[in-house]
Amino acid sequence: MRRSLTLVFFLVAATLGGCSEGILDPKGPIAVAERQILFNSLGIMLAIVIPTILATLIVAFWFRSSNARARYLPDFTYSGRLEILVWSIPAMTVLLVGGVAWLGAHDLDPRRPISSTVKPVSVQVVSLDWKWLFIYPDKGIASVNRLVVPVGVPISFQLTSSGVMNSFFVPQLGGQIYTMSGMTTQLQLQADHSGSYPGLSAQFSGDGFADMRFIVDAVPAEQFEQWVSATRNDGPVLDPQTYSDLAKPSEAVAPFTYRKVAPNLFNGIILGSGMQSGDPLCSTDPASQRAER
Amino acid sequence: MNLLGKLTWSAIPFDQPIVMAATGGMVGAVVLILGWITLKGHWPYLWREWITSVDHKRIGVMYCVLALIMLLRGFADAIMMRSQQAMAAGGAQGYLPPEHFDQVFSAHGTIMIFFMAMPFVIGMMNFVVPLQLGVRDMAFPTLNSVALGLTASGILLTNVSLAVGEFAKTGWVAYPPLSELQYSPGVGVDYYLWALQISGIGTLLTGINFVTTILKTRAPGMGYMRMPVFCWTALASNLLMVAAFPVLTATFAMLLLDRYLGFHFFSTDAQGNPMMYVNLFWVWGHPEVYILILPAFGIFSEVIATFSGKPLFGYRSMVAATMVICVLSFLVWLHHFFTMGASADVNGFFGVMTMIIAVPTGVKVFNWLFTMYGGRVRFTVPVLWSIGFMVTFVIGGMTGVLTAVPPADFQLHNSVFLVAHFHNVIIGGVVFGLMAGFNYWFPKALGFRLDERWGKAAFWCWLIGFYVAFMPLYVLGLMGMTRRLQHYDVLSWRPWLLVAAAGAGIILVGIVCQVVQLVVSIRAREKLHVAADPWNGRTLEWSTASPPPAWNYAILPQVAGRDAFWIRKKLAHAGQGQQPQLSKYQPIEMPRSSATGFVTAFFAVVTGFALIWHIWWMAAFGILGAFGTLLVFAFREKEEIEIPAERISEFNHAHQAEVVL
Repeated sequence: MRRSLTLVFFLVAATLGGCSEGILDPKGPIAVAERQILFNSLGIMLAIVIPTILATLIVAFWFRSSNARARYLPDFTYSGRLEILVWSIPAMTVLLVGGVAWLGAHDLDPRRPISSTVKPVSVQVVSLDWKWLFIYPDKGIASVNRLVVPVGVPISFQLTSSGVMNSFFVPQLGGQIYTMSGMTTQLQLQADHSGSYPGLSAQFSGDGFADMRFIVDAVPAEQFEQWVSATRNDGPVLDPQTYSDLAKPSEAVAPFTYRKVAPNLFNGIILGSGMQSGDPLCSTDPASQRAER
Repeated sequence: MNLLGKLTWSAIPFDQPIVMAATGGMVGAVVLILGWITLKGHWPYLWREWITSVDHKRIGVMYCVLALIMLLRGFADAIMMRSQQAMAAGGAQGYLPPEHFDQVFSAHGTIMIFFMAMPFVIGMMNFVVPLQLGVRDMAFPTLNSVALGLTASGILLTNVSLAVGEFAKTGWVAYPPLSELQYSPGVGVDYYLWALQISGIGTLLTGINFVTTILKTRAPGMGYMRMPVFCWTALASNLLMVAAFPVLTATFAMLLLDRYLGFHFFSTDAQGNPMMYVNLFWVWGHPEVYILILPAFGIFSEVIATFSGKPLFGYRSMVAATMVICVLSFLVWLHHFFTMGASADVNGFFGVMTMIIAVPTGVKVFNWLFTMYGGRVRFTVPVLWSIGFMVTFVIGGMTGVLTAVPPADFQLHNSVFLVAHFHNVIIGGVVFGLMAGFNYWFPKALGFRLDERWGKAAFWCWLIGFYVAFMPLYVLGLMGMTRRLQHYDVLSWRPWLLVAAAGAGIILVGIVCQVVQLVVSIRAREKLHVAADPWNGRTLEWSTASPPPAWNYAILPQVAGRDAFWIRKKLAHAGQGQQPQLSKYQPIEMPRSSATGFVTAFFAVVTGFALIWHIWWMAAFGILGAFGTLLVFAFREKEEIEIPAERISEFNHAHQAEVVL
């Protein structure tokens, strides 16, 4: 029963690759590499875990008290050879998986640029209550809850938060990173196939958390440029004043774009806490916005 | 000035039918039980024999009762979450709005860790450790009762939050800035913090008490390498409590200063740093995992050895593995937040350390395997839980090591895969261990066995229910579902969540079986009555009557080796046993019962409640009262009572047939 359930689980897990989403259906080099590491580690460990489970069940069953054929060895309580074996089997396993972990941590360091011949696109990410703001500093535009990226181009993210901690996560493109107020984290992702990929916050951030989802649209490079120029022609301007409006808590916000972004706005958001009280950015005091019950 | 601080009638959520129904049910149950006790006139007995008792066995039983009640409460939260997520797919919002759902998952985590698993583990250790060590009580019996009182105070405050005010809506880890005043202005986080501060002090006192007891008071002849493995794991667990809980207390104290006095330890402005909280929380949090699991490992070691009719295989390896885990558990905390953006070296180091801690754990599994090898395994209920544990825990350990690989964790962190992993090790490890221990030591505590058939039914429901409930969460995690979602749009998640909800239902059947098992066994207690040694045990607790007298042992046992009682039985069988002189009992001095624990708990609840609601005069009253209680206790004149030799002799004559000498 237990074994068959476990087996079913891994079969299901293995076939999930065919699903339309999730980390087993990667669409970029980072996600592919992370899935590979997941499989490698799992494989190494299954080689020891499955025999252990089987041995447990077999030994327990064979040495049941009603089995007259099983030998009773009441003095079998120590064996130097077996001791060496029981310490070295897990140690060897851990040596292998530990190697995978150490190398993987360095190869897939979220700060490490993706090696590519194409110049990366920079995106500045701000998690707000409860939506995502994406600023394209080189293009001077911004969007909310929809991230448009060119296919095959590394995206270099700088991330921060307007207040509480969130975690920026696009499962099909690669692992997540926290967003924290007053500081930046970095992440490199790339989409190799065009398509729409769900993104979400993975760190609970309050009542509107469940709706803190966004869409990543990976489009061919020329279509991306078209989107950029179309965006530049339409929509509001993101400056400290409109930002402070945006920063007010709201849920399930439909995606929209800003045609222009005030320079240095992202740095202003990071430094937000240290600014003069006359500055419009400082009017986003969340205490006045999250009502007391 | 408002005499009641922030407390007004609006604190009671009359407008929320679900909360009010739960509150009504809970208050109703409490009133019914208290009414029944009053009607039957049990108060004097309860007060004399239980509430003021400083007997480690009674205190242990009370801890376990608290834990079982909190298991029901925490499980009710689990059922609510599972049913909410089974419903709230697509555009649906389910029946729990976010502000309620958020409290439910925060309360579930807090209650299950602090108020179910911890009291259960501590209760088990309380009952067993002094008996296994062959001594008559803990090193500090009254302190033990105070610790119980403080734990109960934390539990009471947490449950009061259901009716008066609200509980935290931050998750059980309460990370700032979300838990800071500006984002959580209500009293929920204050309930969380004060309940855990108060019970945390209780846990620290417990740790000090056990470390002293195990290091300083053992039966004559019981050297360290003759201690039962459960005592070793208890020692490791309590060393961790002593080292880790002050970190939690200090961290919460800083957050309280932020919230009450406008400090900036963890705020986002004025150079506060929320990352520090996350680090400190897990510097406590990871050892906490081992505080819970190590005693469970000890229980499995006792159960498997006893029911295999063999000494534990590789005793020294087991002890070494336990102590290695104890030390290493302080070197892995960062794996709870690989995604915070630390450098690759830091992440790599903590990933590898985390895997190293899996080595001694693996050693233990193999040693249990070799303990069964060549044994005569009796498939009693405790053994079923143990084998269920070995199979389940290995899977949970594997997914744990998987999430310890930083790049894999980037994908799995905060997903329901992680939720499945830690339930896999906490249910499959801690809870299964506690259930094994509960069935194993129940006859020792109360003098009758638990019904075997209902016990087996409960085990199978729990085991199957666990797999049905949590394997889908592994799958969902791989599909990219994160935890704590009040609703979701991805319809392909829903079938899996429906299966998970069904699994929770199967576990519910298991819990019902356990309740029935208790009721059936209590009613048939005459038939299920046992003597001192119902399982053919190996350690000293099985050499005294069931239930043991207040003084545990009329004559302190002389320990001649590991498995002290087993050796004695073997010698007696060979006709070499020395029969102690039954007529030569000495009077025994035992600690006096004391209301100190109860009174301290009363003032702790008053203080906690007052601080949560900013009722400053009441807080001052509570603190002064608690201090006064301490003074009264410190200046007590009599601390011990003498149990006359005749009474001991009488008891042993009555139980002579039962006590195996």
